[in-house]
Amino acid sequence: MSDARSSILTKLRTTRDAHPLSPPASDFAPIEAKQWPDQERLPRIRRLMEAVHTEFLDATESDWPAVLREFLAREGVGSLLYAPATEAGKRLVEGWETASPSPPRGEAPHESPEGPAAHPPHPNPLPGGERGPNPTLIPYDRPLEDLKSHLFESIEAGLTTTRGAIAETGSLILWPTADEPRTLSLVPHIHIALLRADALYDTFLQAMREQGWAQAMPTNLLLVSGPSKTADIEQTLAYGVHGPKRLIVLVVHP
Amino acid sequence: MDGNAPDFAAASRAALADPQLRGNFRRAMDGLMSKRAAQFADTGEWTGVRALAASVRLRALSKLPELLEKLEENCTRNGIAVHWAATTEEANAIALDILHKANAKLVVKGKSMVTEEMHLNAVLEKDGIEVLESDLGEYIVQLDGTMPSHIIMPAIHLNTKQIAHLFKRKIKDAESREDAAYLTDLARRVLRAKFQAADVGMSGVNAAVAETGTLCLIENEGNGRMCTTVPPVHIAFMGLEKVVETLEDVPPVISLLPRSATGQPITTYVNMISGPRKDGEKDGPREVHLVILDNGRSGIYADPELRDTLRCIRCGACMNHCPVYTKVGGHAYEAPYPGPIGKILVPQIEGLAKRGAMPHACTMCNACVEICPVKIPIVEIMGRLRVEAVKPGGAVKDGGAKASRAEAMVWSGWAAMNASPTAYRIATAAMSRLGNAAPASLPMLKEWTNVRTKPRFAGRTLHDLARAKGVPDV
Ligand code: SF4
Repeated sequence: MSDARSSILTKLRTTRDAHPLSPPASDFAPIEAKQWPDQERLPRIRRLMEAVHTEFLDATESDWPAVLREFLAREGVGSLLYAPATEAGKRLVEGWETASPSPPRGEAPHESPEGPAAHPPHPNPLPGGERGPNPTLIPYDRPLEDLKSHLFESIEAGLTTTRGAIAETGSLILWPTADEPRTLSLVPHIHIALLRADALYDTFLQAMREQGWAQAMPTNLLLVSGPSKTADIEQTLAYGVHGPKRLIVLVVHP
Repeated sequence: MDGNAPDFAAASRAALADPQLRGNFRRAMDGLMSKRAAQFADTGEWTGVRALAASVRLRALSKLPELLEKLEENCTRNGIAVHWAATTEEANAIALDILHKANAKLVVKGKSMVTEEMHLNAVLEKDGIEVLESDLGEYIVQLDGTMPSHIIMPAIHLNTKQIAHLFKRKIKDAESREDAAYLTDLARRVLRAKFQAADVGMSGVNAAVAETGTLCLIENEGNGRMCTTVPPVHIAFMGLEKVVETLEDVPPVISLLPRSATGQPITTYVNMISGPRKDGEKDGPREVHLVILDNGRSGIYADPELRDTLRCIRCGACMNHCPVYTKVGGHAYEAPYPGPIGKILVPQIEGLAKRGAMPHACTMCNACVEICPVKIPIVEIMGRLRVEAVKPGGAVKDGGAKASRAEAMVWSGWAAMNASPTAYRIATAAMSRLGNAAPASLPMLKEWTNVRTKPRFAGRTLHDLARAKGVPDV
């Protein structure tokens, strides 16, 4: 349809030149003025994101895999998909083996009727009696096509890193790569995002400027500000419509 | 009235007589208005960011042909195939061609108003391709076999009870439960299987960045991400006005759009796509297509006054604040875009013969202009379109379609009367003497008097009374 192309562009050019537009200068000061002191950014992000049902966990560089493992065990999550070739993926595996999660409180593991892999995807934390004793780590090490049914039908949680978070709106910056695929934060019912407490920005604008996004955009870049939600049924907020039902931010404090 | 022209007056009368519909709209609109107001409590911030967003849109329009070329160049470099369509027929043909090449049987769609404009779903279904709307509101409307009644909240005309009944009738194994959480989860289960199996995903575009060749999409549900990430082919549709110059132009638009639309600080997802799956990447579509649609927009662009219509970022706030829309709802307009933006955009796209009534469905209260995040002079454009409708040979398609000899005569008589003091005196004296004798059922009065009492003329004119009090004539 290159006919359409040239006729559209010619028409736009001719009519614009007949009546040129002189737009006012763009003054970004009203956005640049939005700043928060260092100690206020994280609490603000937390408040804004918790208001839309995001959950937070605190950890340190050395213990986050253990904190995560304990959380998953507590919540009865049977499987965690992760990116094995990333730094975080390697740390997860190392820390996983050395982590000694407190055994599921209450029932003994064998009382769980199904093994972790047999867990049906479950929207919400499983009731106490069905706690998964030992979450299984599943590496995202092949193309989507070879993982699709597993991903959609049985994997319960996915772990990704972030490139920081934005204080103005309470948003995580996700930067998927070849090693950390896009669907990791999209398809599993629970998305766990690692956030370094020293990678916080005031605004979307500041983050894109300081990280130089315009020079090299990835295939897909995302801001994520909570679990999936909708208000399409009579303005009633419901969580977990198509994307993750739960978003857990694992804050790694320096 | 033309045979195929939608009859807004009749449709709005029917809507007004439906208490359920009016209740559903009133509740929803009140909620949206107060949530939006809370987001813009800081008037200094609102004024500043609004001026910035308006400047971003104006700058994009001032360089529109150059930016579209740059967008094409950068998208192409990123591996996105760019297609141009002058008409909706061409756009549909492009879509079908891509689908045939991909041997597609199942398409999942994210929200896209441009594809509503194209009636794409009907075209695909006729071709034997299953197409599923995946935004929950759009999904509900599709199941119901109707049209969206709001550009942001497509199913706002229905309440939970009505949706529960619909799901019970249309979805296998659905329970009859009037519970939004249950209904949402039911749709999740149905649609996840479709995302997994779909051959092609389709979406709209909220802003396309010329500088980087990036498509920005915002949404809350994750269905947009599903449609643009999981199927092997992604086709995005945009009106040609949706381009912005730089990546930094995105934050001002994203700052105002969700706050204006639904009163949330930001949508759950801001999805920025700059290409198909690259070598070594494990997921994402293998092909990304961008269809740039004109469909009358270049005609709108040609007129320096009407051009402002193209600033719109489709937030829908003008609908939520419109005294007409909030009473009659979206369906009465029988158009892809209802409410104030629809009343100025649709007549320009589809022509005044078919849509000449739309610019009249406005009280000119200016509420939409006050809240529009990009400062579109909606009411001025509305006035201009009313003139175009009776002025043959103007800038708008089918200009003059509503011209009537009788109306023209009345106005020239009115002008003559006001131009001569003697004629004016005679006419007003006659009115005050004979006006009350004219029955309310006179044809020229009926439109007014069948829903209102006829005003009484005073015995003496204001001029008379003033003169008697010693106010001098000028
Ligand atoms: S005209 Fe303004 S208020 Fe209406 S949808 Fe467009 S941007 Fe929003």
